[in-house]
Amino acid sequence: MKLSLEWLSEFVDTAVSPEKYAEAMTLSGSKVETVEALGSEIQNVVLGRVLSVSPHPDADRLSVCQVEVGRAAPVQIVTGASNVTPDALVPVALDGARLPGGKEIRTGALRGVTSEGMLCSLSELSLTVNDFPYAREDGIFLVEEPGTPGQDIRTVLGLTGHVVEFEITNNRPDCLSVIGLARESAATFDKPLTLPHPAVTGGGGDIEALLSVSVEDAALCPRYTARMVRGVKIGPSPRWLRERLRAAGVRPISNIVDITNYVMLEYGQPMHAFDYACLEAGRIVVRCARPGETLETLDGRARALEPSMLLIADADRPIGVAGVMGGANSEITEETRDIVFESANFNGPSVRRTALTLGMRTDASSRFEKGLDPTSTIPAVDRACELVERLGAGTVCDGRIDICGADTAPRTLPLDPDRINALLGTRLSADEIVSYLTRLGFSVRGKEVTVPSWRADVEGTADLAEEAARLYGYNIIESAPLPGGALGLLTEKQRGERLTRALCRAAGYSEILTYSFVSPSWLDKLAFPASDARRRCVRIENPLGEDTGVMRTTALSSMLDALGRNEAGRNKQVAFFELAHTYRPAGDALPEERPILTLGAYGDRDFFALKGAVETILDGLRVRDLSFTRVCEPSYHPGRCAEVRAGGVTLGVLGEVHPAVAEAFGLSQRTVAAELDFLTVLSARTHAETFAPLPRFPAVSRDLAVVCAAETPAAELAAVIRESVGGLLADCRVFDVYTGSQIPAGQKSVAFALTLRAGDRTLTDEEADALLRRALDALQAAFGVSLRA
Amino acid sequence: MKEALQQIRSEALTALAQAGDPQELETLRIRFLGKKGALTSQLARLGRLSPEERPVVGQLANAIRQEIDDLLKTRLTELQRAQLAERLLEETIDVTLPGQAPPLGRIHPMTRVLDEVKDIFLGMGFGVVEGPEVETTWHCFTALNTDEHHPARDRQDTFYIADDIVLRTQTSSVQIRHMLANRPPIRIISPGRVYRKDEVDATHSPMFHQIEGLVVDRGVTMGHLKHTLDTLMKAIYGAETRTRFRPHHFPYTEPSAEVDILCYMCHGAGCRVCKGEGWIELLGCGMVHPKVLSLCGIDPDVYSGFAFGIGLERITLGRFSIDDMRLLFENDMRFLAQF
Repeated sequence: MKLSLEWLSEFVDTAVSPEKYAEAMTLSGSKVETVEALGSEIQNVVLGRVLSVSPHPDADRLSVCQVEVGRAAPVQIVTGASNVTPDALVPVALDGARLPGGKEIRTGALRGVTSEGMLCSLSELSLTVNDFPYAREDGIFLVEEPGTPGQDIRTVLGLTGHVVEFEITNNRPDCLSVIGLARESAATFDKPLTLPHPAVTGGGGDIEALLSVSVEDAALCPRYTARMVRGVKIGPSPRWLRERLRAAGVRPISNIVDITNYVMLEYGQPMHAFDYACLEAGRIVVRCARPGETLETLDGRARALEPSMLLIADADRPIGVAGVMGGANSEITEETRDIVFESANFNGPSVRRTALTLGMRTDASSRFEKGLDPTSTIPAVDRACELVERLGAGTVCDGRIDICGADTAPRTLPLDPDRINALLGTRLSADEIVSYLTRLGFSVRGKEVTVPSWRADVEGTADLAEEAARLYGYNIIESAPLPGGALGLLTEKQRGERLTRALCRAAGYSEILTYSFVSPSWLDKLAFPASDARRRCVRIENPLGEDTGVMRTTALSSMLDALGRNEAGRNKQVAFFELAHTYRPAGDALPEERPILTLGAYGDRDFFALKGAVETILDGLRVRDLSFTRVCEPSYHPGRCAEVRAGGVTLGVLGEVHPAVAEAFGLSQRTVAAELDFLTVLSARTHAETFAPLPRFPAVSRDLAVVCAAETPAAELAAVIRESVGGLLADCRVFDVYTGSQIPAGQKSVAFALTLRAGDRTLTDEEADALLRRALDALQAAFGVSLRA
Repeated sequence: MKEALQQIRSEALTALAQAGDPQELETLRIRFLGKKGALTSQLARLGRLSPEERPVVGQLANAIRQEIDDLLKTRLTELQRAQLAERLLEETIDVTLPGQAPPLGRIHPMTRVLDEVKDIFLGMGFGVVEGPEVETTWHCFTALNTDEHHPARDRQDTFYIADDIVLRTQTSSVQIRHMLANRPPIRIISPGRVYRKDEVDATHSPMFHQIEGLVVDRGVTMGHLKHTLDTLMKAIYGAETRTRFRPHHFPYTEPSAEVDILCYMCHGAGCRVCKGEGWIELLGCGMVHPKVLSLCGIDPDVYSGFAFGIGLERITLGRFSIDDMRLLFENDMRFLAQF
């Protein structure tokens, strides 16, 4: 909402600078977006009187003018315009002038003749013929306003004053008006408010004899008020009215239309004017659209109407979409003689839906949709008629038609200063609270507050507390610490998340954040078979685009997409992790949201580097007893993918990404990835952390190298060793795997380093050798291995 | 014999002083103090002396042995030190050559800031609660006093899964779930992903993060709200930070406020960061609307509360002077490596 401070001053004198005004209004709840000084873009442009016009000696299309600008000597200006004549008053941009858009004017020469400035057109001053209807669009602006040469053109043309733009919240449609903001201003500065009381002389005959109105749907149209004007003379509005419209950002058009806009800006009550001659049978019917009805609106577009939409119609056809826009068939034209002013109250949600469906949010609809005060229809329509008389634009008919089904009884609330203070943390006296409320238009009698009709948003004590608080000053309310003693603790899961992130970081993986919604085509890129459960996605009905159409059932695609983008950006050796949700449909219940830890990398990390990272992270989380088994997963390399388990519980998969899948995401390098179900990982954490005494006797080390079938998993050999040696085996790890010369084809050599230790004595060499033999015997029995020579 | 002893002494002292390394010292020790050394062989002749001379000369010999032994030890320490110093000098390296760094990952700047905010609230006795991102319209709107006709519910602003299921537009829905499941006193924050139908640009993302806070108890006032947010702002932006509370409107709080901080770049003069306003709008807050408390089964005549919501992106962008929100979700290693 743009407010001209000049207009405001008609109702309240705040007696402060525009800047102070803006700050105080912001702090009392009407947030100021900008303060604009009108005409500030125009500098050093004055009114000039043309003394003489003579042809340019060297150019047919140019003229040389001598112009009086209030100085001892006239200035000489060369112009290309043809409408300049002696004695004309013109805007003169002098040497050093600035024009809207940042254009600067300097003394120069045109074809050898000195020009000490420039004569300006309307558009060079950022004006249009709507602002000055007597002027022409092309050529120099021949000024008809009173003024003397040398006067600042901004004063002459009324381009002065300040315009304050407010951000008005949805609950305060009353502040989308000069009067509403004047009320807020008077309350904020504690100054008297002078409101207009429209007075209409009339004399145009009884309206009832000319017009009848019926409202078929009182729920959608709680009030419909109409007045008429006869013998209308359509023409431009006077300058003061045009200036006020222009300051509010509204283009002046003609007196009647300008009056409806003026009243809307002043009272916040949208108005419409119909050409009475276009109303069939002198009737207005407020009803819903019939199936198949259409209307060409004022913007010249044909609109298909739906039965849910409220219309203004005459006896047999629509003439306007209620609260949104009038119809072209009843538009005010040069020929219009008699008019009907509509000042109505429409149901907010209905107007909103209609405007949304038709895709035409207008000044009127954006006000109606917030819910307007039904008591303002009469003062507004009277004000319009008063202006008609003041402008001599016609003769107002006597009386008005007013069909009111709205409940206009004022709301009353109990005044409870203790509750208000308890909510705010203040110690305001009852008198102070009453004085704040009174300033805002509430009336208080004893313990009862009457809410003004324009404040439908005030429903209870909490609302009254806000009213008192915003005039008292939010920033004066004393801040107080919350009482102590509350314990702030992260949950087990939240601590687990923090630790996991730290461990991933320590393992060299960087955290990424990716969107929860993905393209369904990514499921194909991941090579999921048709039967894969992950193809059943939670679908967004109204996505931004197909690329973000479904909630992801795996975070692997997001990971590969991020890696692919990094490869395309020539980033070398990238390792990422993300701890975020996947979403699975769960029938009638809300989808299941499962946190997944996803790791991914390309560059110098192969399967075993990834496996090591997974082991480190799980070890750091105290997840013990890990085992890895080779599995086949559609998105992974069929020979390089493993399932990781803790005890018997599957935590997830890890492996090299299938080269075709990697390529689908733009990755040309070998890429590895892991997906761990985070809640399962957390539930596999060991919490028993009991100290084990340090060994008191030295360990004995033995190496054991065996030759076995090439496909025998090393982990299975180790399991046999562990079982056969039993409790005396402190550690057993693979330190070499060899195939090649000396090893028969189809076989491999696996070498283990065994650490043997007893808790109660030092093991002898004989004991150690016996244990080693036991291990070898067991391996021979289980896998037919032979001792490597 | 005394002369002979004195002779040994002076020879030993000279030789020890001239010795160049520990091996030489060892040779000298054997020569003078060894079983067949000079001093030992002199002592063997002690028996030949008269009973009067014997103790005198014996004492002298012992004193000389002690003196040589002490000097040996002193010289050994000196020579070892010199040797070490020489070795260390030889071992000098070019300390400007690159280190062998273990790979270290980065934590996303949003997580860093979120953890910081969580810690501030943990310190004030708040718990951290989570809830579903795919949420019912009842929890996301109705229970938050946002009626059926409110524009926030529009399909052009909110992602719908079904008529009554949406991607949550704020994490206040978690507060509703928490109030329904817990009795006051309540002191929580609920951070998480939220979704609004905005096209991606430098200041918008269809997915972003919010941190909502909720306190409900007997006697909770707007003064408590102010203190809590003031503490948060000072903890994030520094002890000198000035906050400003402006009246505003939200359906779920009454009274409602927006909170600005004095611009950390220009300190109120007006600059690019604050768009010339001198203040930066940071968050919305207010006293929980009595209707919201009632809907959650909490008697607004007995309890009151406050709530607030902060955008995590806004804090993160400001904190690191990042000028484009898209960078937060593009996951470019060159960006992430800076944190």
